[in-house]
This record gives sequence, structure tokens and C-alpha cells, in this order.
Amino acid sequence: MSSDAATLQEIGNDYKYGFHDAEDYVFKSGKGLTRELVLEMSRMKGEPQWMLDIRLHALEVFHSKPLPEWGGELREIDFENIHYYVRPSEKSEKNWDDVPEYIKNTFDKLGIPEAERKFLAGVSAQYESEVVYHSIREDLEKEGVIFLDMDSALREFPDIVRKYFGTVIPTEDNKFAALNTAVWSGGSFILVPRGVRVEIPLQAYFRINAQNMGQFERTLIITEPGSYVHYIEGCTAPIYSSDSLHSAVVELIAMEGSTIRYTTIQNWSSNVYNLVTKRAQAFKNATVEWVDGNLGSKLTMKYPAVYLMEEGARGEVLSIAYAGKGQHQDAGAKMVHVAPNTASTVLSKSISKDGGRTSYRGLVKVYPGAHDIKCNVRCDALLLDEDSRSDTYPSMEIDNKDVQIGHEATVSKVGDEQLFYLMSRGLSENDAIAMIVNGFFEPFIKELPLEYAVELNRLIQLEMEGSIG
Amino acid sequence: MSDAPLLQLEDLHVQVEGKEILRGVNLTVRKGEIHALMGPNGSGKSTLSNTIMGHPNYEVTKGRILFEGEELVELEPDERAKLGIFLAFQYPTSIPGVTLANFLQASLKAIRGAENVKPLEFRKELLGRMKELGINQEFAKRYVNEGFSGGEKKRCEILQMALLNPKLSLLDETDSGLDIDALRIVADGVNQLINPEMGVLVITHYQRLLNHIKPHFVHVLVNGKLVQSGGPELALTLEERGYDELLQAHAVPAGA
Repeated sequence: MSSDAATLQEIGNDYKYGFHDAEDYVFKSGKGLTRELVLEMSRMKGEPQWMLDIRLHALEVFHSKPLPEWGGELREIDFENIHYYVRPSEKSEKNWDDVPEYIKNTFDKLGIPEAERKFLAGVSAQYESEVVYHSIREDLEKEGVIFLDMDSALREFPDIVRKYFGTVIPTEDNKFAALNTAVWSGGSFILVPRGVRVEIPLQAYFRINAQNMGQFERTLIITEPGSYVHYIEGCTAPIYSSDSLHSAVVELIAMEGSTIRYTTIQNWSSNVYNLVTKRAQAFKNATVEWVDGNLGSKLTMKYPAVYLMEEGARGEVLSIAYAGKGQHQDAGAKMVHVAPNTASTVLSKSISKDGGRTSYRGLVKVYPGAHDIKCNVRCDALLLDEDSRSDTYPSMEIDNKDVQIGHEATVSKVGDEQLFYLMSRGLSENDAIAMIVNGFFEPFIKELPLEYAVELNRLIQLEMEGSIG
Repeated sequence: MSDAPLLQLEDLHVQVEGKEILRGVNLTVRKGEIHALMGPNGSGKSTLSNTIMGHPNYEVTKGRILFEGEELVELEPDERAKLGIFLAFQYPTSIPGVTLANFLQASLKAIRGAENVKPLEFRKELLGRMKELGINQEFAKRYVNEGFSGGEKKRCEILQMALLNPKLSLLDETDSGLDIDALRIVADGVNQLINPEMGVLVITHYQRLLNHIKPHFVHVLVNGKLVQSGGPELALTLEERGYDELLQAHAVPAGA
């Protein structure tokens, strides 16, 4: 490539996480998904037979289910061109110094060790298929909080994992949940004991490095009665010309009177398919909040769900999506009111720019007998130019009369008057748009810990730069 | 260039969506001068202020706008703001999700340079100015103009003028929608800010604002042209006689 062409390519390429490391791996599977691979993975991980059985069954389910025909364009995914299991190092370390140098450098660049020192109660860092670093503050450990990578949890607490694994999202739920169940690796396991409040967030960071990589982490969070936890996940990947696949399964179980807040800042590079199943069960008087930020990826299909299982349960989804050039964010929420006297709120905000596409896809379901339901859904879309697109696909299945359901959707464009007003006060057009966009996302941003809010504001600023013709 | 007037409009013609609104306006504003621009509704008063500030919908088809001798027509609104031009809007728009404090800090950084705006000093300055203008401190945390009353919006415009300390202030119908008490507060605020280095163009339909902000010169805009200029007494004459005479005398020929 000539230097001019290289320079040209850099212009407008503001994704600062697009670098990659040379590969120096303990194991990297060939491309493609086979029974042999699943057997080999499970053997290398030293798993019990019952988990292997679950994996093999899931593989069959995956092959038997057709691709969804709704949502985004999935037919371009070449499942044979993906590495399903890549093991970068032998084990998960508790000390950053023991993490292989090049991987540690990557996480240094992403600011993870620094964030841990400053404001986190525990950190998990996953690189390709495995968690390479893991820690939790001693005081929390003493209180009985378990925060482990999923593979370690399976070794150390097989009974608990066996009891809950796949109970919120069964293997058969959808094709990508089946895929994850067949080849899952890494992810987080959290158990917060009765009455313990983890006031400082726990964070997991997911990094894809290799080309044509598939990452399939599996997360299970259980909060015992009266407990609280805030879990944050972030994710990035290098930019490649060919596609990678990220397909996670996240199961949350909030027992009586407990609260789980699950915050995601997804910033995958624009060659990653992000097809994730996230679902929670909230029991009596429990609260589950999904705070879901989707900035990156080629296509995201993700609809965090809360099943309100018992009276007094509350579910909340607060999400933002940003779709730039070549991106499609098909995101939304599902609120399933199984029990009476349950409440849910959905606030979805999306921005489309440079031909990007956002869709809100949501489901509100009220079971027969679930009376005194309150549900409020609001979706706001902001279009930054004429080429961009936003759609809303709300779906309601209400089998009960005694419900209060509100649904509101707006689509707006960045107004000339707003731009002129801000520019007349000295802001450049880019800064003015960034300010309007930040303001639009404010209801989301103000729910983030300060450090993330600052970072997100900065990301939005970057996305708005160099884009005005 | 210090000898050049702050603002010179030379034979300014402006179109909005293909329709000619200003039809050859000449006006000079120097440092320390307060000019009032009066005229009936639809005469082009707001077009004039929006054009000077650089609204993209207002197209200069002929003539020049000079600021301290520099041609403005090709400059973006933010570049004009950085030169020292300020427009107090007749209908300030709201910016949901952006607090007044954050907006003002960003604006000040853009105008003064980021290195010259220190958070603590900014806060002190902001709260001091708010107090002077009788704006409750709570407004700093509220979203820009969202849910503000007419008077609150106008006061916040003057707050911005106070912080940005422009060379040229355009006050577009700052009196509209204000009751007499609010008018006095806003006018007192403006009077405190006016200094010998500043030029001011007060745009108003009614004379009452000019009881509070005393102009040196008064101009009358009718159908896109300045038809009369004079001293403060002109405003009183207009108040007495109304605009009808002038409208009839300066009607746009049919088909124009």
C-alpha cells in the first residue's frame, strides 16, 4: 500500500481499539465447528461428563435450527471460517505480572489495570476464549462473594453451576444460544451471598485479538436474598477485513429482594457480529436493571430480557445504540410479566449516522393471571443525516385486562436551529453535534459510573469527528 | 484595523428560501455605540440579526458584511462568535440533556480557549453572573432552555452575553414576552454589560425597551430597507404615530 493510500485509510477511522497483537497461543483450533472440536475443548478444560453432554446436545440443536430470518442480515456469516476455541495461556492469573507480557500490554492500553486500581472491586479480563486475569477485593471474598471466570467456577463449584446453568436460557432457546452452549468458554460467574451489598462495581473486559475469531463467553450471576451487585462489561476487537463472531449467553438470577445491575459498553470493531442472548429472572421484590450501550459491531442482535417471576419484581432496560457506516444495531428489550404486581420500564435511545441503521425490537408479555402490571416503553431515535435509518418493532402480548402499559416512540433529526444556536456560541459543527448527541444519550450516561460516563462522552466525540462533509 | 468600524453592512441583500427579505441595507456600528433597529413585524429585523450571525438558511445575494473590516459572509457562525459577535435570540432553542453549566463552559472554552477556562474559576464566575441577573443557581444544572419560561430564557441569553463579553451584541426582540419587571431586570443586566468597547444593535418592535436601554441611533426597517435613521427621538415619534405611514410610503411594489 502506498503511504498516501495508508493515510487515506486512516482518515475517518477513529476506532482506537483496532490494534492487534502477534499470536503466541497455547492452543488454537482450526476453522470450523465439529464434534471433535467440542470433545477436544471439553477434554482440555477437564470438564465433567455432564457438561460435555450438554455441549454435544447443544451442537446438535445449533445445527438443527435455521438462521433467524428477522433482525439483521445473518446469511453472510461463514460459520466454517471461524476459530471456535483459542487458548492464549495456560491459566487465569491473579497478578497482572503473571499475565503474558503482550496480553498485559493490550489490557494496559485498554486501561483495565488502571481502572481496577481506581474504582473496581474486582476484574476479569478475557482474551480470545479464556480469562487470563482475575481478581476480587479481599474484603468481598471474605464476605463470601464469589467472582470467578466460568471455567474456574465449574471446577470449584460444580454443583451450583450444574443447578443453574441453562435454566434461564435453555439450549433450545435460539440458534446462537445453542452455539454458545456448545462451545462456551470463559465469561463470569458471580454469586453474592444473602444480604451482601457489593457497592463498587465488578468488571469483566472481553477482548478479541485473532482474525476470524469466535468468542463465546458464558456468564451466570446469582444474587441471594437481599443482596446487590453491579457488574460491568466492556468489549473491543481489532479491525480486520474479515468477520469475527461474538455470541455470549448471560443468565441472571435475582432472588427475593435482591438487585442486579448489569452494565454493558459494547464497542466491538465494525467487523464483529455480536449476537447475544441476555436474560434475567427476578423473583419476589427483586430488581434487575440492564444498562446496555451498543456502540460498535457490524451487526448486533441483542434483546436483554427480564422475566418477572414473582410479585413485586421490577425490570428495567435502559439502552443506547449508535450505528455508523455499515453498522446495524438491532437491539431492544423483553419484559415478561409472569406474576401479578410487577413493573417494568424500557427506555431505548438510538442514533444513526452515515447510513447506519438502528432498530428497536421489543416484546412486552403479560401472562394470564398477572394482574396489576405496570409497563412503560419509550424509544427515541435521532437521525444525523438523510441516509440513515431507524425502525421500531414493538410487540405486545397481553393476556390480562388489569394492566397499565404505555408505549411511546419518537424519531427526530438534529435540528438546524439547535446547531445554529450552539455554533453561534462558538462551538464547531462537530462539537455542536456531539453536544446534541451527548444530551440525547444523557439519561443513559447519567446511570454510568463517572469514569465510564467520561469515556463514553469522549467516544461519542470521536465518532462525530471528521464526519461532516 | 482598529480604526475600522465594528460592523458595516453595505447594500446587504438577503434571501430566505428564494424570497428576498433584505433589499439593500446600509448600516455602520462603531465601538461604544448603541443602535436601535425598529420596524413592523415582517420587515426583516430578525433576518438581519440571523444573517449577521451566519444562519445557514439566510443567503446573502448581494452586498457585504464587514466586522472590523473583515468580510464575514463566508464564515461559519462559530467563527463569527470567536471574532466577538453575539446574538441574543428572540426564541432560544432548547438542548435536551445538556446542562446550562456544561453548555456555557463548552462555549466559553471555544471562545476564550480551553486553557483559559479553569473549572473552579468558571464556576465562580458563572454563579456570580447568575446572581447579578437574578437567576436561581439551580438553573446551572437544568437542561439548556428546557422548560424555561420566556423571561428565564431571555435572562439566560443575557447571562451568556455577560460570560462571552462580545465586541458586538445583537439583541433580537429581547423584550418580547417579558412583563415589565422581567423587562427591567433584563435591561439592567444589559446596561451593566455595555461598555465603551462594545457595539450594540437592539432590535425591537416597541419603544418600551428603549426607555431602559438608551440608544444613540435609531433606524427604521420597512420591507427590507432602512427608511429612516435618527437619534433617540425617532423612537418616540414612531411610538406616537405607529408604522402605518411608513408602511404605506415604502410598500414593496406588487410582484416584487
